[in-house]
Amino acid sequence: MAASSAYRSVRTQPPAARLSSGWAPLWQIFYRFGPPRWSEYVQHNWVGKPLVTALPMLWLLLFFLVPFIIVLKISFSDTVIAQPPYTPLWEWAEEFGHRTLVIKAHLRGYTEVLTNSLYISSLLYSFKVAGMSTLLCLLIAYPMAYGIARSAPATRNLLLMFVMLPFMTSFLLRVYAWMGLLSNNGIVNNLLLALGIIHEPVTMMHTDFSVYIGIVYSYLPFMILPLFTNLEKHDNALLEAAADLGARPWKSFLRITLPLSRPGIIAGSMLVFIPAVGEFVIPSLLGRPDQLMIGRLLYDKFFATLDWSLASAVAIGMLLLLVVPMAIFEYYQNRELEVRK
Amino acid sequence: MRRRAFLVPTLLALGFAFLYVPILTLVGYSFNNSRLVTVWDAANSPTLKWYVALFRNQQIIDAALLSVRVAVMTACGAVVIGTLAGLVLARFGRFRGRTLLSMMTTAPLVMPEIITGLSMLLLFVALQQASDALFGGSFNRGVTTLTIAHITFSISYVTVIVRSRFASFDDSIEEAALDLGARPARVFWRVTLPLILPAIVSGWLLAFTLSWDDVVISQFVSGPGSSTLPMVIFSKVRLRVSPDVNALATLMVLIVAVAVVGSASWMQRQEKRRQREIQMATASNG
Repeated sequence: MAASSAYRSVRTQPPAARLSSGWAPLWQIFYRFGPPRWSEYVQHNWVGKPLVTALPMLWLLLFFLVPFIIVLKISFSDTVIAQPPYTPLWEWAEEFGHRTLVIKAHLRGYTEVLTNSLYISSLLYSFKVAGMSTLLCLLIAYPMAYGIARSAPATRNLLLMFVMLPFMTSFLLRVYAWMGLLSNNGIVNNLLLALGIIHEPVTMMHTDFSVYIGIVYSYLPFMILPLFTNLEKHDNALLEAAADLGARPWKSFLRITLPLSRPGIIAGSMLVFIPAVGEFVIPSLLGRPDQLMIGRLLYDKFFATLDWSLASAVAIGMLLLLVVPMAIFEYYQNRELEVRK
Repeated sequence: MRRRAFLVPTLLALGFAFLYVPILTLVGYSFNNSRLVTVWDAANSPTLKWYVALFRNQQIIDAALLSVRVAVMTACGAVVIGTLAGLVLARFGRFRGRTLLSMMTTAPLVMPEIITGLSMLLLFVALQQASDALFGGSFNRGVTTLTIAHITFSISYVTVIVRSRFASFDDSIEEAALDLGARPARVFWRVTLPLILPAIVSGWLLAFTLSWDDVVISQFVSGPGSSTLPMVIFSKVRLRVSPDVNALATLMVLIVAVAVVGSASWMQRQEKRRQREIQMATASNG
């Protein structure tokens, strides 16, 4: 037993050995004479690991991945007046004298999306709005993130808190605030009229302008935070070296700070652009009535016309167009999370 | 150099003005007597009548209670699953399915809500059909489906926070505990968990706010009779601006401001105390 006590180190002993001490000699034989990497195998494949992995994995598979497969399935069906309002993709039917699995794929959703100019134009319009808003967001957020990153550590946390504070109050109410500001008898128009800058109210609600404002306002923290995390890490010595070598501040900003902050710019832009393409609430409250964004169109098709297969086809189309920006985001996000070690 | 030192603070101040002026107008006009939100009735203002109207509105109170219930359940669920996912991704090394898990936890961060909502609803419809066939219709959309959907999109935020916390300290402390004979579960409870606790707390708060705030996904997955507060507000303001929503906004801003400022100052005090302890420890050693 003296030899076995050498193996009684808790680390090399699998939990199972302690559960049933009667089996302990068997384990010890394995430890002694088994394949050389056996103990290592037990150590690294401790039964808890698969269990710990399984919970998030199964949850996300069931509630995140499977739903997309269902959307894909329904996008290939046809809409009928029934409960649920689409034809089954496959069914068992009596054909050729046997019970046969019949698969009927319809392309109506996709042909409708591709041929009806309504969908193409609202898709293009959504990309335009999202792109413009992302650009505006970047222009406002960059100096802010830069200013916060360059401030003293104590004020830095305070300023970051003030960036996050509006984000914590309801998104819906922040969009709603602009309804009162931008309408024809709204606060901005009243102010401009009182100052004598304009003589009759300017229409700002339900235009492209109001949608840009709404998106920029709601998504600004998502742009500031990745930019800040990036800018904060910059080494000031680089700028000092550039200044010593005679570079003007603007030039060293353009040649050093801006190129170094590219990952932050990309991550922030994706965090704004991709959700903005499918934005539903902002265009519903502030947007143009004559030009729907794709998210609104999808919603209407689904709930108003109950055309589920068409709505699913629109969703699949949107996803296909957004896969590339999403992959870019994924890449930078993972790099950010793993390289830092 | 001098010009930039002037330019950046100005832009910063303008940016903060852009962030805060709309909220302050909401707060200001919640005390306005006029039914028209944008016309200031100087003779009879300020007034608290919209606050009174708000507390008499049973629909809003019910919706707020439902929202709090769903948000608490969501935050607790998302914290458990999200922390496990963060632990797996940060510490378990390579294994089959790691890329899939990593993708499934980052994709919801950018996924347009409308697509998530649609796909979740279609899943619940399919589950409903299955349960109708198997158990005779015991599964309906409501609080449960709302909570499941909210947990699913909140997990990613918790995971990102927990993962970046893991990335900020290396695993040598955990390895030391293992070498000293602690079993993995014990190491998690005694070493890992206290280290990532700040990330878990902020993940809980973020999941709570995300759930409390969500409109689009809730519109899809909630059933009849289970309208959350944002859903009620949305249907109200879609038609026209109404002053009692201003009163509601003011209350929410107040609660959030108190909570955030309070927790921030608490964390700052903790940090100062820690600094002092480190200083005293090094002083007594030296």
